[in-house]
Amino acid sequence: MHVRSHFACLLAVVLLTGCAGTDSTTTSSSDTGAEYDAATIENMREGTYNDAFESSYDPPPATPTLIRDATIMTAAGKTIENGDLLMREREIDTLGTDLSAPEDVQVVDGSGMYVTPGLIDSHSHLGVSATPQVGPHYDNNEVGMATPELWMEHGVWPQGPGFARALAGGTTTALLLPGSGDLIEGRGFTAKLLPARTPQAMKFPDAPGTLKMACGENPKGGPGFPTTRMGTAAGLRSTFLDAQDYHEQWQSWLNDPTGEPPERDLGMETLAQVLRGEMLVQVHCYRADDMATVMEIAQEFDIDIRSFHHAVEAYKIRDLLAERDISASMWSNWWGFKMEAFDGIPQNVALVHEAGARAIVHSDDDLEIQRLHHEAAKALRAGREAGLDISRNEALRWVTAHPAWALGLQDRVGTLEPGKNADVVLWTGDPFSMYTKAHRVWMDGALVYDRTDPDRQPRSDFELGGPLQN
Amino acid sequence: MHLRRLSLLATFLLLIPVLPATAQSTALVGGTVHPVSGPEIKDGVVLLQDDTIAAVGPREEVSIPSDARRIDASGQVVTPGLMDASTATGLVEVSAVGSTRDNALDTDDAIRAAFRVTDGINPHSVVIPVTRLGGVTTVASTPSGGAVAGQGAVIDLHGETVDEMLVRDRAALYAAFTPGAAEATGEARGGLAMRLREAFEDAQFYAEHQDDYQRGATRDLSLSRLDLEALASTLDGERPLVVRAARASDIDAALRIAEEFDLDLRIEGGEEAWKRADRLAAANVPVIVKALNNLPTDFDRLGTRFDNAARLDSAGVPVAISSFDTHNARTLRLEAGNAVRYGLARDAALRAVTLAPAEALGVADTHGSLAPGKTANVVVWSDDPFEPLTSVEHVFIGGTEMPDDSRQKRLLRRYDERGDWPPAYDDGS
Repeated sequence: MHVRSHFACLLAVVLLTGCAGTDSTTTSSSDTGAEYDAATIENMREGTYNDAFESSYDPPPATPTLIRDATIMTAAGKTIENGDLLMREREIDTLGTDLSAPEDVQVVDGSGMYVTPGLIDSHSHLGVSATPQVGPHYDNNEVGMATPELWMEHGVWPQGPGFARALAGGTTTALLLPGSGDLIEGRGFTAKLLPARTPQAMKFPDAPGTLKMACGENPKGGPGFPTTRMGTAAGLRSTFLDAQDYHEQWQSWLNDPTGEPPERDLGMETLAQVLRGEMLVQVHCYRADDMATVMEIAQEFDIDIRSFHHAVEAYKIRDLLAERDISASMWSNWWGFKMEAFDGIPQNVALVHEAGARAIVHSDDDLEIQRLHHEAAKALRAGREAGLDISRNEALRWVTAHPAWALGLQDRVGTLEPGKNADVVLWTGDPFSMYTKAHRVWMDGALVYDRTDPDRQPRSDFELGGPLQN
Repeated sequence: MHLRRLSLLATFLLLIPVLPATAQSTALVGGTVHPVSGPEIKDGVVLLQDDTIAAVGPREEVSIPSDARRIDASGQVVTPGLMDASTATGLVEVSAVGSTRDNALDTDDAIRAAFRVTDGINPHSVVIPVTRLGGVTTVASTPSGGAVAGQGAVIDLHGETVDEMLVRDRAALYAAFTPGAAEATGEARGGLAMRLREAFEDAQFYAEHQDDYQRGATRDLSLSRLDLEALASTLDGERPLVVRAARASDIDAALRIAEEFDLDLRIEGGEEAWKRADRLAAANVPVIVKALNNLPTDFDRLGTRFDNAARLDSAGVPVAISSFDTHNARTLRLEAGNAVRYGLARDAALRAVTLAPAEALGVADTHGSLAPGKTANVVVWSDDPFEPLTSVEHVFIGGTEMPDDSRQKRLLRRYDERGDWPPAYDDGS
């Protein structure tokens, strides 16, 4: 994104006058009315709003590390018995057996242990409705029928005690989402689960933007909200019609920047970016018919949906999801807590998988994010009980490669392949066994959690001096 | 259990030699049997006759009637049906739909001792088959809300009527020493303690002045006659008092009040009970904990940790593990597994989801272990019950094998293959 900003300025120099080589120089865009600086105008042109609030993630120091003689589940189609994995330069360097240890490499004996990629959660509210779950910590939902102007990262409390626990459970990346109390809740926040002082320092560098939307029961019925599903569908369509107008107004002004420019609108900027196909759309939906409606609306506005979240009835329309290449982020077995969750079955994940759609086991929960591997195991067992032949490596993809895809990070995390980020978990045993714990966790090659070393076990400010410590 | 009493009566009235011809016997043969009340038996037999367990032992020591149905359990694991000590099973169908909830009184009264859940239990709840197919055969259906929530019931998860399901009605009285309960009594724990003491003092007074009370010749009492009755019978030892408390100091308060009124106390939740393990052990107070929890979800449970059960057990506290869930009470076995993961011995973990809750809620004479004469609630597992990849193979409740059927199974079968006709034409059987 740095490169892109620079390029933005160059373009602006051509189009306008006065860009002195920095993004922040104010430029008069017309004789009257609004003024926008060159960077802003370029953002409007390129849809690069994610450059605002840029990531300041800076991984801790890493030592080249070789894990030896472990069972390596790559989540990329194979399991290497007695396998070795070399991490170097913050990347997965080499996988194999009987690798020789280069000099200055720390060797870890992994015999009897398992290695997987760092687990990924496509749906979390850690730090958003953080523990302790008291009123002042509630930063999930803003009031308003559609609030695309919101950015999740402005509501994330990095001291949420759940972050360190998720990391200790082997989860290294999560999509933190607002909502789901209105139709469009705003941008999600793709986080590295490494506790830091600021949200920006947890922001996954250069992760694609995401938009959170919702359908069904949650966004209807409240004061000022639609009362029916018809109302929510209409509200969604009207909002995207507005976004189309906004997008077209800006496009025509950018093509001929002579008159007064349109006014900026934070929400519409986000949706314009969605219309340009630059945002990964995440939709909270439970019922099959609700998902079908949203798919139709998406088609109407030529929008791609990346993942349906919760998707308790995904199994009923798994062929449609597969056809349209939409993933489903699901629980292993939640059901019955509300009307639209009444038809949940434990085979949901496995049936979606079997149909050829990308199945994801998500948490939406600060306990389950600590044990995504067990949740995947539960879903695997349910599938096998229904006669579906699914391998462990495939099931591991439900909490690694597939959520990585939902977050647009499939080329960087989610599998153990040379060149990918060195986000690695060494487990005390089979990750699908109840008794297994994460033994060590590396993020970008840095050892960020060690079960046996209190110095490598992060703890939030909030918990200092509390009952766990005295 | 009424059914069992009836059959015992029948056994008594009919002549013994007649019985084998009419009895329904099932022998679970060759599995690794965990009786809980005794050591593990490899290559064991569990013999069920009518609704009770007739024999448990090594294959060579149990004679199997020739007409018994034999189920090969070799390579599998046989345990008592699991018991979840804290659910709202049969009381809540859809959590967010008010008309389907019968576990809490909607009232401003903080003391609701007379509230009994029993008549609100729906034996046809679709939650019940889902739960028992997860190996949970018995639950406590409990009330919630206020400072004293009411009385719960222990039920078996099979039966056409509540009467058929009841193991023990009014099994326990539920109270809370939590911020939520304090809110119901004036937003401060001191107010909560005051109201609880006042309620039990009034109940004591009521019990001692029954005649005067009936004549209207007593001082004013803070509660209705029915609430006083419920508290008085609890003081009289008819049922334990279960106090929901998390913070160490809240557990202290519960212990103090229980001691003042000589109440038979259990702690439920007990997130910081590990800090009071020695004291709870000395007072022999059972604690019902959730094992899959390590989050400081509120200020009264900042010390929540995964190894709570293990620490309590090693101090000698009787520990039961609950899911504290209704729709997913079927995850109880994984709760137990997580406790093992964090240090609890396996046999203690199995005990914590079978005999320990049965003892804590007064049903251990019939439930919680595989022993002759006990109710035939038995589960056969494909392997270690605490492992997520393990399946439930057979579930018996009162000697009857539960069908592999539930609303969820129907949905699965309806949608497992797509035919030419809409799914509505497939009944999922």
